Parts: sequence; structure tokens; C-alpha cells
Amino acid sequence: MMNSAIEAVDLVVHRGRRDVLRTVSATVPAGSVVGLLGPSGSGKTTLMRAVVGVQRITSGTLTVLGLPAGHPRLRSRIGYVSQTPSVYDDLTIRQNLTYFGRIVGAPAADVDRVLDEVDLREEQRALVRDLSGGQQNRVSLAAALLGSPELLVLDEPTVGLDPVLRRDLWDLFRVLASRGTTLLVSSHVMDEAQRCDRILLLRDGALLADVTPAELLESTGTSDADDAFLALVGSAR
Amino acid sequence: MNVGLTLATTGRVLTQVRHDPRTIGLLILVPSLLLGLMAWIFTDTPVFGVVGPALLALFPFIAMFLVTSITMLRERRSGTLERLMTLPLGRVDLLLGYTLAFGALAIVQALVAVGFAVWVCGLTVAGDAWLLVLVALVDALLGTTLGLMASAFARSEFQVVQFLPALVFPQVLLGGIFVPRDRMPDVLNAISDWLPLSHAIEALQTVSTDATGTGTVLRETVIVAAFAVAAIVLGAVTLRRTTP
Ligand SMILES: Nc1ncnc2c1ncn2[C@@H]1O[C@H](COP(=O)(O)OP(=O)(O)OP(=O)(O)O)[C@@H](O)[C@H]1O
Ligand SMILES: [Mg+2]
Repeated sequence: MMNSAIEAVDLVVHRGRRDVLRTVSATVPAGSVVGLLGPSGSGKTTLMRAVVGVQRITSGTLTVLGLPAGHPRLRSRIGYVSQTPSVYDDLTIRQNLTYFGRIVGAPAADVDRVLDEVDLREEQRALVRDLSGGQQNRVSLAAALLGSPELLVLDEPTVGLDPVLRRDLWDLFRVLASRGTTLLVSSHVMDEAQRCDRILLLRDGALLADVTPAELLESTGTSDADDAFLALVGSAR
Repeated sequence: MNVGLTLATTGRVLTQVRHDPRTIGLLILVPSLLLGLMAWIFTDTPVFGVVGPALLALFPFIAMFLVTSITMLRERRSGTLERLMTLPLGRVDLLLGYTLAFGALAIVQALVAVGFAVWVCGLTVAGDAWLLVLVALVDALLGTTLGLMASAFARSEFQVVQFLPALVFPQVLLGGIFVPRDRMPDVLNAISDWLPLSHAIEALQTVSTDATGTGTVLRETVIVAAFAVAAIVLGAVTLRRTTP
């Protein structure tokens, strides 16, 4: 068992003429929940796309589950939820999950399991386009859970969800982590940061901090995560 | 290549189409209705007998091109393509899955269009009517694979439609519908030799006028099929897992 699920060393990504990630070095320990935080446009989505192998890397190394990012053998070991729901809106929830399940080679019973995990069993026969935004997000998340991948890369998975559902999903993330799954979760909601094992804070494509939630509060002398975020992002300006 | 994943994709695409009756209408009924309209316009003239076979190449081709390229474009824009690119699905599996799905629809389309042209519009066929079905099918598959390829170069539905005047209309003009290809200026004739639709039209015209032309028909059909395969290969090459 390796001890870091993701390891970036001097990772640089250019998109167009922009330096979107500037020599980022960070590690995500295996079996932990790591939060990826940072202002809008700081490069969170870009970093996640690089980890799942769809973002071209300019320089540096990015190792995922012991293999270089984008390696074909990683494709059945990573689950990815993009920032906007990426499921077919002209299929039902169940048809979507059945298709993605066949692609990742998940056992047929997995569809029911993930439907329960995201609490959409009742709606399974509804077309995705008839669902609310939060429900569509959960379908997208459910698709990533199929086949129980070792690493989950979740780009703002709780956007548009009410506090109860958010808490339930974070409970689910903790359960998955306790079974050995590694999770990299981006978020704008600071109280979610408190539920992570570690926090990576990005600003302008550079890594500002790699800390535990307690260290974040301590180092900024603040008592709540929102203030800590403001203090860190503001002080580096 | 993985047959299971290809067929899973075919099933998924067909389920999507099933939820969209208008697309089914466009693919199955509209080509026949247009053929009927042309036959009606040219009632009591010999024109339909001449252009009818060519139209059998044209309308299904355009309908397939449009529907396939827009379906694939939606896959790109909705982020599902990006998700698939992170999963163990080969690029060729995806494109073949699409081609098989629309190929199945093309079989229905070809049967309906040829049946309608022959029985309702009274198109005379000197050769074997099944050859008409075969050529119409291969021609519709060409529309599908060109549509898959074109979607890689489009960013919106509007741009897909812009490919019609750029890619499709020249083939229509040079395909021998308006002026037989051998009576065109040499340069245009030479160009038309390199356009797949010319060969499809030639094959259909041969079936309907020449009972002994099976050899020509099959040769022309193979040429059309070769273009379709080339379009899939190009489509697979232009479909990238990573983006800058
Ligand atoms: N396709 C693209 N081409 C060029 N630049 C891009 C592209 N997508 C994003 N960028 C740039 O990359 C930078 C980082 O974008 P990214 O989407 O990674 O930010 P983010 O941290 O995920 O933001 P948000 O919280 O708003 O989702 C932004 O400045 C953006 O302008
Ligand atoms: Mg983002």
C-alpha cells in the first residue's frame, strides 16, 4: 500500500497563454479526505482535471496511485465528478447509472447501492432533465461511485444542496474514507473544510497552504473557517 | 477495442434517441416525405426518374449528418465526453458505438425511403431494389461518420449547421444531380471524383437504370464505405483524451 494517493511535484499547467498552475507541489495521503479550497479561478478545477488525466500538463510530475496521471490503468481506479453535472439529461437516472456501470465494469448490484448512497432511489425512473440542479449533481456523484474506485476526485459535489443533504454526503465521504478510499474534494463552503483531514489552499495557481483544519484556524488566529480563508487569501495579496 | 463497451454505448445512444420522437421523425419520415414532394412536383415529367435515385442518397445523408453531429456535440458540451475520457472506454469504442446505433436507424430509414420511392412514388428500378437499400444504408452511414468527425471541429449547434454549406452543399452540386458528372468541366469532374457523395449517387443511378450494372454499383459502394471508414479513423485521431 502506497502512502500518498496523489503526489504533485513542481506541477505547471498553462491554458492558452495563462499560467493556471504555477509549480504546485502537494501530496494527498491515501485513505484521507483532502479539501481543495481557493477563490474562484484559482485553479482548483484545473488541478483536478490534471489528476484524472484530461488536462494536459506543461511541466512537473503528477503521480496518481503510483502511476503517472492519465495512465490507462488508472481509468478504472478513479471516480471523477466534474463541476457541472456530466450525465445524459435525456436518459433516466437508472439508465445513466447502468451505462456508466457497464463502462467501468461494476457489478450490476452497484446501481442500487449508489442510488441509496445519494438518496435517489425513489426518483430512479425520472429523466435527468426533469430533476432539480441538486438532484442532477447527485446523479453525477452516483455515477462516480460505481465500481467503488480507490480515488474519488469531486469538484464541488455539494453545490446546490440543502444542509441536511450536505451533511449526509459528508457522512458518506467519511464512511468511504474509513474503508480506504481517498477523496479530493473542492469546495467553497468553509464549514465543509472542517470535515477534511487536510486542506490544500490554492490562490492564483499557487499553493498557499497544506494544513489540517485545526492548523488553519491556529495559524490565522481565527475561530471560523470563513475568517481563516479571508485572512490567508487576503494576507498573501 | 472492446465489443461489450461498444454495444453498451450503442444501446445508450439508441435509448437517448427513443426519448426524442422528433429525431426519429427526422431520420425515418422526413427523407420519404421529401422524396414524395419531389415526385409530386415533377408529376408527368421524366425528371423524377432521373433525380429520384440521387435524392435517395441526399436526404438520408443530410439527416444522418445533422443528427449525429449534434448528438456528439451535445456529448462534448455536456461534459459527458470528458467523463467518458476518464473511464476505461476506448475512443474507437465510443465512435463505433455511435456508428452502430445510427447504423441501426439507417437500416430502418433506408428500407422506408426505398420502399416509399418504389411503391408510392413509382420510381422505376432496372436492377435489384435491395441494392438500392444497400447503397442508401452505406450512404447514411457515411453521413453518420462524417457527422462524428465534423462535431470535433464545432463548438456549438450553430457551427454544426454551418458545415452544411461548407461540406455538404458542394458535394450536392458536384454530385451529378444537376448536370451529369461527365458533362461537367474537366476540373470539376476531377474534383467530384474525390467526393464520396458522387459515388453514392452514381451507384444509385446505376441500380435504377442498368440491370447489368451490379459490378459498378458494388465498386462505387465500396468507395463510399472507404470514405466512411476514413472518417471514423480521422474522428478517433481528432478525439483527444486531454485538452490544453
Ligand atoms: N478552457 C480554458 N482555456 C483557457 N483558460 C482557462 C480555461 N478554463 C479555465 N481557464 C482559466 O484557468 C484559471 C483557473 O480555472 P479553474 O476552472 O481551474 O478555476 P477554479 O478554481 O476551479 O474556479 P471556480 O471556483 O470558479 O470553479 C482561470 O483563470 C480560468 O480563466
Ligand atoms: Mg472550478
